[in-house]
Amino acid sequence: MQVTSAIREPLVTGGKTMHDITEDICKRVEEAPSKSWLMAFGVSVLLFVVGGLALAHTWWYGIGVWGLNKTVGWAWDITNFVWWVGIGHAGTLISAILLLFRQKWRTSINRAAEAMTIFAVICAGTFILMHMGRTWLAHWALPLPNTYGSLWVNFHSPLVWDVFAISTYLTVSTVFWYVGLIPDLGTIRDRFVRTLEENPLLPTDTPEERKAKLKKRRPIAAFIYRLLSFGWEGGSKTWARYEYVALILAGLSTPLVLSVHTIVSFDFATSVIPGWHTTIFPPYFVAGAIFSGFAMVLTLMLVTRVVYKLEDYITMEHIELMNKIVMLTGSIVGVAYITEFFIAWYSGVEAESYAFINRAFGPYWWAYWAMMSCNVISPQLFWFKSIRTNLVWTFVLSIVVNVGMWFERFVIIVTSLHRDYLPSSWTYFVPTIYDVGDYVFSFGLFFVCFFLFAKYLPVINMAEVKTVLNSVSEEAREKAFAKLKAGAETLKATPVYDKGNQV
Amino acid sequence: MAKSKEPKKYLVGIYDHEEKVVEAVKKVQKEGVKVEEVYSPHPIHHIDTYIGHPRTRIPIAAFMFGATGTILAITMITFMMKIDWPMIIGGKNPLYPPTMVPVTFEATVLICALGMVATFLITNNMGPGKVEFMFDRRTTDDKYALVVDLDKNTKSVEEIRQILIKYGAETTPPPRIVEKS
Repeated sequence: MQVTSAIREPLVTGGKTMHDITEDICKRVEEAPSKSWLMAFGVSVLLFVVGGLALAHTWWYGIGVWGLNKTVGWAWDITNFVWWVGIGHAGTLISAILLLFRQKWRTSINRAAEAMTIFAVICAGTFILMHMGRTWLAHWALPLPNTYGSLWVNFHSPLVWDVFAISTYLTVSTVFWYVGLIPDLGTIRDRFVRTLEENPLLPTDTPEERKAKLKKRRPIAAFIYRLLSFGWEGGSKTWARYEYVALILAGLSTPLVLSVHTIVSFDFATSVIPGWHTTIFPPYFVAGAIFSGFAMVLTLMLVTRVVYKLEDYITMEHIELMNKIVMLTGSIVGVAYITEFFIAWYSGVEAESYAFINRAFGPYWWAYWAMMSCNVISPQLFWFKSIRTNLVWTFVLSIVVNVGMWFERFVIIVTSLHRDYLPSSWTYFVPTIYDVGDYVFSFGLFFVCFFLFAKYLPVINMAEVKTVLNSVSEEAREKAFAKLKAGAETLKATPVYDKGNQV
Repeated sequence: MAKSKEPKKYLVGIYDHEEKVVEAVKKVQKEGVKVEEVYSPHPIHHIDTYIGHPRTRIPIAAFMFGATGTILAITMITFMMKIDWPMIIGGKNPLYPPTMVPVTFEATVLICALGMVATFLITNNMGPGKVEFMFDRRTTDDKYALVVDLDKNTKSVEEIRQILIKYGAETTPPPRIVEKS
């Protein structure tokens, strides 16, 4: 049995009705693109094209154009891959884990966070393809029949586990996201179809009437959204199955999201490189992924909230709760950094101790301390309520966290490699313009996808927010306070599920 | 020539609040009216059981697909690593069980998720380009539609209409008949 408190902070403010929710979200899809959207989209396309040139150069000439050398064979590409995969953890976390914990505040942010997850994982995928060098042979990473023996992939290798983990994660996240989108696509479809039904073209129409009707009619949009909505009708039987599917997908995605970054960490942890060969990596990577993912959700949602005027849906309550998760995961990451140092000393292994001293005080000290200050110190500011409920602070710190998380991956990868066992092999990695350009490309790709999503699909899960209206809304809160005023000593919690709940 | 199928007739009552439609489903059925379906803009917990729909077997399908994924992955790894081209790497047994866990887990999740969603689409007769039949297009916005199949009820249309209105259906316009072929 689950109960819902009637006196929680409202999750939708402004006295919204269900129709208001439909209007507020659908009108963004139906309107012509705004100037601010066109500008932002234009900048993203520019990044995509400029970065694309660098990428084309990389593919044409090979990865020799990067700043890699004999000792540092993995640097920016893998740093960017891990960074993007990490960012791609928040969406599924919000949708799956918070769904299992029945955290209703996720309803306003889950759609955009899931979309962000998919785009971030696609960006991560581009770096896998890039760092293969011969991208056209990418299918060799899959266990496909071939004429070399037949030579299969090595299932003992964490890189093969990674291929399965990332592709499964991308597929399941996309399926989860799309199944959630279907009811809302049905809502948009019905709005377009209704404009067709309400404005039929009749032979008796005057030219002016016909012109006015043609302006309102959107047959192509109705066709596209009908195609996308899969014939959604919204009957109780369908909703019951839909809820089961969502629950089971959440149950599947929860271990999946934990497994993905665990397996990414195995890419390093199963090696014998000092600084990588540590058992703490899986939980430490997962916490770091959630940390950076939430920070990216905050960055994007704060912008979307202002541009689309969604203050009634993404309230200060949502932002504060996300900031608390950033603070918690930031603290876990901080403890992991300290633990790593302690274990390096406690192990008594000279190479291991040296790797960590070199991280903090070697040639890359600046990257290490950038990481420490961005990831460990800055989120601690969220202990202050005035900071975690301040939009400017939240926005700035969300970016700082992701800068820090990029440095974390750079520090782990490059500082562990650049001083090999032989001092004659010691090098210093410096990125080239193509390293930077390929990274710019991934930003362009990410934002092009995100802006297209924000314009043409509902950014907020309307169906789920409508369910919240009846339990955690201003209306429910007012009713509860009215009962208190009327003399009720305690408020009886409202049972949402009876015994023997069938969902 | 085959005789064309007669369209089925349904009476559709519109409600403006979740609580009203839930109450209506319970009380209308107590008055002897069989409710066919309720259409709503969001999920309403339990309403399917109040209507009398059987419990969905989606979880069973999910389990079967998941088990298929597990078996497929173990079979694939065993065939590739042990039978077809045994690979001894680092002196380890080609079928070293811990190394089989990640791929087996991922395959289980993948096949389970894809199979379950395919089952969901097939059982609901949904798919790309499928044309919907909406009793009232406002049910994806802010209204709830309680649909009564007139062929499955012995009461007259007017009697059922009055019962729906008695338990909160909108009166302007009153519950109307919709034909579905």
